[in-house]
Amino acid sequence: MKTKTSVQKLTRTRAIVGLLSLGLITLSCSNDDDPIAVDEEEVITTMTITLTEGSNSVTLQTRDLDGDGPDAPVITTGTLTANTTYTGAIVLLNETETPADNITLEVAEEDDEHQFFFTTSGAIGSVDYTDEDGDGNPLGLAFTFSTGDAGNGVFQVTLRHEPKKPNDGSLADAGGETDIAQSFTVVVE
Amino acid sequence: MKYSIMLLFALLLCGKSVAQKCESILLGEIIDFHNNTSLDGATISVTGKNIEVLSKNGGKFRIENLCDGVLELEISHHECATKFVTIIIEGDTYEKILLEHHLEELEEVQVTGDFTKTTTSAQEERLTQRELEKFSGASLGDALKSLNGVSSLNTGGNIVKPVIQGLMGSRVLILNNNVRMQDMEWGEEHAPNVDINANQDISVVKGAAALEYGGDAIGGVIIMNPLPIIRTDSLFGKTQTSLFSNGRGGNITTSLTRSYNSGFYIRGQASFKQLGDLEAPNYLLSNTGILEKGASFSIGKRDFLQGWEAYYSFFDSDIGILRASHIGNIDDLITAINSEEPNIINDFSYDIDRPNQEVSHHLGKLSYYRRFEGLGKWSLQYDFQKNKRFEYDVRVGEDANKASLDLSLTTHTLSTDFKFDATDGLDIKAGLLGRYQNNFANPETGVRRLIPDYDKFDLGVFSIAEYQAKNNLVFDAGIRYDFSRVNAKKFYRTSRWEERGYNEDFGTTIIDDLGTQLLTNPIFDFHNISATTGFEYDFGKDTRLRFNYSLAQRAPNPSELFSDGLHHSAARIELGDLRIKSETASKISASLEKNSASWGYSFAPYLNSINDFIVLEPGSVEFTIRGAFPVWVYRQTNAQLMGIDASIYNNWNSNIRTDHKFSWVQGTDTSTDIPFINMPPAALNNSITYKNKKIKNLVLNLESMYVFEQQRFPSNILVFSPEQQIEVPLTINTPPPAYHLLAMDIETSYSIRNTNDLKVGLRVTNILNTNYRDYLNRQRYFVDDLGRNISLRIIYNY
Repeated sequence: MKTKTSVQKLTRTRAIVGLLSLGLITLSCSNDDDPIAVDEEEVITTMTITLTEGSNSVTLQTRDLDGDGPDAPVITTGTLTANTTYTGAIVLLNETETPADNITLEVAEEDDEHQFFFTTSGAIGSVDYTDEDGDGNPLGLAFTFSTGDAGNGVFQVTLRHEPKKPNDGSLADAGGETDIAQSFTVVVE
Repeated sequence: MKYSIMLLFALLLCGKSVAQKCESILLGEIIDFHNNTSLDGATISVTGKNIEVLSKNGGKFRIENLCDGVLELEISHHECATKFVTIIIEGDTYEKILLEHHLEELEEVQVTGDFTKTTTSAQEERLTQRELEKFSGASLGDALKSLNGVSSLNTGGNIVKPVIQGLMGSRVLILNNNVRMQDMEWGEEHAPNVDINANQDISVVKGAAALEYGGDAIGGVIIMNPLPIIRTDSLFGKTQTSLFSNGRGGNITTSLTRSYNSGFYIRGQASFKQLGDLEAPNYLLSNTGILEKGASFSIGKRDFLQGWEAYYSFFDSDIGILRASHIGNIDDLITAINSEEPNIINDFSYDIDRPNQEVSHHLGKLSYYRRFEGLGKWSLQYDFQKNKRFEYDVRVGEDANKASLDLSLTTHTLSTDFKFDATDGLDIKAGLLGRYQNNFANPETGVRRLIPDYDKFDLGVFSIAEYQAKNNLVFDAGIRYDFSRVNAKKFYRTSRWEERGYNEDFGTTIIDDLGTQLLTNPIFDFHNISATTGFEYDFGKDTRLRFNYSLAQRAPNPSELFSDGLHHSAARIELGDLRIKSETASKISASLEKNSASWGYSFAPYLNSINDFIVLEPGSVEFTIRGAFPVWVYRQTNAQLMGIDASIYNNWNSNIRTDHKFSWVQGTDTSTDIPFINMPPAALNNSITYKNKKIKNLVLNLESMYVFEQQRFPSNILVFSPEQQIEVPLTINTPPPAYHLLAMDIETSYSIRNTNDLKVGLRVTNILNTNYRDYLNRQRYFVDDLGRNISLRIIYNY
């Protein structure tokens, strides 16, 4: 009986010492370093569409420097000439980084996983793809853009990531995930 | 063991010679350990000899003609557990023997324990072993749903968050082997990081009445404990495997326990689970597989007087998130809601692709208790937890394999309590807790942090008491104070900081201005008081009434304070608010229960009024280059939740039993009189069970579950769709229609080496392969819920 009691005491002492030392570890864990800022890496802040016909060029742009922040994108639009066929090109930038990161290159590289879709209404005639991915499906970084008679028109541009390819050209059929969805109201004179 | 030896001096001189002749006398006294009163009427017998005496006249007894040496006594008393004592006889000997008079205090050393409730007056339910075995391959949330009043908020089939009487997340505490889980429970798509197979004694307290575990359990407490260890020299184990047709996988779990007469034990347990893509009745749910691993190990010694335990558990899960639920903007969401089928259906696969979650949880615990004669029991516990969460989105280029969210949450807790139980009929427990927690959000993700780095300090002090006023009337009461301090370092976009109007109230917290971003150091202190009181009154043998009032305060969690960013899984921007204060709930609950052999019922209404209730709801819409997103904002308002959990059962004869359960809850924003979002709809559950011991212990059960359509929900918001160029209603609040599911379970037992040591069960859920969507499944916008699932389980005890 005596032996048993002393063993119990020893066990108890060990347990208490163990708990106390773990308590001390607890206290030594704080860390006062300031966290590092994160710059969003794959955000597209800016899409610039250049429409060129001879020496004329018109720029349509949407720019959202705070990304998912509360500020809405700033949209710049232009005036087009009636019954004209423009050559279109798209440039995508991430301007939260300095210097700005050119996302166009990433899209071109992963062309089989991306596609631009163009929807038009009003005074815009048609938009046709002039580029394609490795599998021969349309991509949309380059295209031709034809205006109709004078009036107003809406030009919608949607970039889908991992759409179904090939698709019937409609957003509904393509599916995927929207990376860009912007519309530009244009005046055709 | 406290003891004393007293030699009677009259016999001292001739002690040696007397001993050799086996003429020693043992004088003894039997004493109640708890209050030091003497116990008459105990039987004392000497092992191996035909000697038996009774204690009388103040607990005393006397045995004559004993030889010197070691002697074992067996002491039994009708109100106490039988006790064996070893005594060394050296001449005439005096021995004081302490008996454990309070049987219910013996949980630690009991062989088979009856369920001791955590609270006396609150609504409390417990899962049976059979239910647990049925759900061994599922999640904790799935198993708990079999309890009345418990539902779940799901993200698909594998992420299941328990909802207790309409409340969940930080309002529901999970106690894992007496350790409060710290596993980022704030997120709607964060499931509890526990292995249901690790701790097999699971009960739920509905409400904040279990104050010893925390004062902020406005929803309730889920208590998971290991099964009691048998204090005997034995080695036993259990292995269970389940195979599932839906997901084409299964799980296996095994546990092994070695125990000794001394109370020493070692126990180990491990589980593994893998499922591939789950299936809705009409299509495959691509990327919904799961891979789960769990292990736990404990070593300890449990004696009546004192005991200790070292426990470690590990849980790791990799969960695929439905590919079709990862969407780009509001138009994608509208398209998904309007289409019958998901836009991505791939071939069946076990691979878990993006998007997915990888979560692991380590838990370590050291505990010690000691009883003090005539006073009570003291406990001390230290626990450590590390929760690591990676969330992967569909990303492009170099970032494709980088996590979008990478959080590490580390928690240390030291707690102690003392239970005073010396006075008959009155138990008082008082305790103290200190906790330190650190969250680290890894910036390497290249995605702005949703939850910032923070340090959190908690200090809690409580006292609870239970008083047995009469044989059939018990009162309980408790009070608790909690202090917590959150010290965060968070980056805000300058535009967000200004839009939220933080500059005026929190301008002084800015520690660095990076142009487009601000580094801030908000520090918040919260003082919370909680209290509870109630009674249990027994009418006759089988019927009882419980009544409880509880007041609980909960400090906002990091998500409610700091959330700030875009969730791809729901195409929504979530915003916390630095101005959020603690919420305060007052809950009245009652329950009238009858439990007789032939029939029984339970009728349990409740009313929960919550001031400054923190709720996340869709409000405005914000535009980005990706299109429009609804903004879900945390706001505070006053809430009222009322509901009822009712059940009735009848044993029609010795073979057939029927069970009927109904639960209903209604949640209203009392400031605006608008119903709350995500309140579980009413549910009606009926089942019939046929049991026959003669046919291999057959248990056959048929179950019908009817879930009503939620009629009360906030109105939908109008959003401008860039694709359609018009404003359209975003029907994210509209609940899906009612549904009815049938399930069947059949189980038989076989005797291989011991009686009924092998059990085989077959279970079919959603028998009719019904198409349905559940209001509380976040993926209901995209896909139907799970189709038929046939599962086979084999359980072997050895």
